[in-house]
Amino acid sequence: MPINPQRFPRPVTSKTLLAAPVLGPALLLLVAAGTPAQAETPEEKGLAIAEEVDRRDLGFGDSASTLKMVLTNKQGQSSTRELRIQTLEIPERSEGDKSLVVFDHPRDIEGTAFLSFTKILDPDDQWLYLPALKRVKRISSANKSGPFVGSEFAYEDLLSQEVDKYSYRWLRDEPCGEAAQGLDCFVIERFPRYENSGYTRQVTWIDQQEYRPIRIDFYDRKDSLLKTLTLRQYNQYLDQYWRADDQYMVNHQTGKTTRLTFDAWEFRVGVNERDFNPNRLKRLR
Amino acid sequence: MPRLERPGAVGLLTASLLFGLAVPQPASSQDFDFSGFVAGEVRGFPEGAKSPEQNDSHISPSLVLQPELRYRWNRRDDRITFIPFLRIDADDDNRTHADIRELSWYHAEDDWDTVVGISKVFWGVVESRHLVDIVNQTDLVESPDQEDKLGQPMLNLNLLRDWGTLSFFVLPGFRERTFPDNDARLRGPLPIDDDDASYESGLEEWNVDFALRYSQTFGGWDIGLAHFYGTSREPRLIPRADGDGNLSLQQRYDLIHQTSLDAQYTTGPWLLKLEALTRDGHDGDRFFAAVGGFEYTLFGIFESPADLGLLAEYLHDGRDDETPATPFEDDLFLGARLALNDVEDTELLAGVILDADQEERIFSVEFERRLSDNLNLEIEGQLFDNIDENGLLSGFEKDSFLEVRLSWFF
Repeated sequence: MPINPQRFPRPVTSKTLLAAPVLGPALLLLVAAGTPAQAETPEEKGLAIAEEVDRRDLGFGDSASTLKMVLTNKQGQSSTRELRIQTLEIPERSEGDKSLVVFDHPRDIEGTAFLSFTKILDPDDQWLYLPALKRVKRISSANKSGPFVGSEFAYEDLLSQEVDKYSYRWLRDEPCGEAAQGLDCFVIERFPRYENSGYTRQVTWIDQQEYRPIRIDFYDRKDSLLKTLTLRQYNQYLDQYWRADDQYMVNHQTGKTTRLTFDAWEFRVGVNERDFNPNRLKRLR
Repeated sequence: MPRLERPGAVGLLTASLLFGLAVPQPASSQDFDFSGFVAGEVRGFPEGAKSPEQNDSHISPSLVLQPELRYRWNRRDDRITFIPFLRIDADDDNRTHADIRELSWYHAEDDWDTVVGISKVFWGVVESRHLVDIVNQTDLVESPDQEDKLGQPMLNLNLLRDWGTLSFFVLPGFRERTFPDNDARLRGPLPIDDDDASYESGLEEWNVDFALRYSQTFGGWDIGLAHFYGTSREPRLIPRADGDGNLSLQQRYDLIHQTSLDAQYTTGPWLLKLEALTRDGHDGDRFFAAVGGFEYTLFGIFESPADLGLLAEYLHDGRDDETPATPFEDDLFLGARLALNDVEDTELLAGVILDADQEERIFSVEFERRLSDNLNLEIEGQLFDNIDENGLLSGFEKDSFLEVRLSWFF
């Protein structure tokens, strides 16, 4: 059970992108100035867009949200999970965010908690809390491509999307499509640089106005189209941070879908690193 | 406990409690939650009972009720939890029992938190045996696997610091271990007196026990160091004869010092685990015991979402005769855990403990699957094979069982 902050695509958690300070003011100015210089290669342009997505989400501090996860199979049968997510921003570009997921529903897993400290290229640190035994268990984070609680979201889709986890290539500019009518998008490819990814690449649509992920196509290890994530119903918080309340993942190979519906976003609620201590997991219910 | 001694902190704590109870707050800041489960359970014993006084029925039903009440306020920094437990068993009078698993107040501050009341604490990392876990008494009538625990009265303070977490426990009020009734299955080779325990402490069950634990994460390492001083949770079982020459076992609870280490190193798909302890205070000599091994997980086997974990652990225990007996002196545990990672959270754990000396074998299997939003199915079985007739496990010789449990969560 995972979930972490999300940076680039911002799916589940919140955070979504951040992290640029290490590169220094010069690059920031360049990026902030908007459009990259003409001589840019597609790789440089892709990276600059990803960094801008990240930069615009910088400084949110921490966030908390509740969400409903509806899993539907090919026959249309569905089941629901309810969870709470907290994310703590770790501003250094060399480190990822910390996130905490607690399950409220179904009742048999109520109180189960998942804690993750995201790293850039190293394996994440993850703990699981099992309420029946009151046992906190450090778990392997090598299962990045595994499904999160039986959903169509893999751990790596939900965990913090730090800029440096991927390399990038700008493909083209085009209208965002039906998920964001009337907006123009950058279309960039990103290639996982970390180990154990289930993807060769992801194609992402980023809207040019607010630098929000609108759609992501995931290509499996054989480079076949596996899944599409669509992000809708964006709301802006603290006059800066955009979060999509509706995130819909379709698995093209199995016909299964997972819809995440977020509710009650809160920012800067005042959590700190100690709230993300593995020893506190047993006290979340 | 530096923070607690500051008058400010205590005042704040009291104030927050009073404030939380007395002043209306936004709806989100306090809430009441009622949940829990009721479970119906059937154990099947393929073989007849070993001794004539034991109930010979092959099918043994049982009913469990565990409601959970939670009241939280102060942004969940304050919580009162009440979890009573009741089991009604058709065949075992001792297994028909009630307990308060939890009745506690929890309060959290920035870098410390505290639990006051009856609660449960788990220490440890290995799967085959819970060696270093000592705060709570084992509720042995629940299952021979010793994973179920009785609620323990405690004052617990945890200091969460950059250098690690330091936990202090004051444990007033000792709980005697529960044992299956003499006419029930899964009892020992001899009847156990359940109302005549003897204690080393003159205060008997009112002796106050203490425990201290330090835990911290260092990169891939998760380490716990603990010391316990107080009444041993494991009794010695001392044979004695009544006037008619009938043998039975008297429970004897000694005062012990136990120092323990639990450590796990996590790297890639590997979890390397160790629990070790040294204990002194029984009539026998100070002894050393350890369980060490690994869990290796194959993620996404056969191009599916399923994970297969392979487990191996070696169990050593150097205790002598004047010490509570254990069957795990020189044993090997091999196991496999299959997680389908499906919507129903289907999981299967199967394993065997092999005794190197007596060549006894205990096979076990646990299966779990969600049937609906509220309904859960568990199947658990243990097979006692090649049991030494004069050994500690001889009472289990005919008691291999398969248990089916349906739990309704509300």
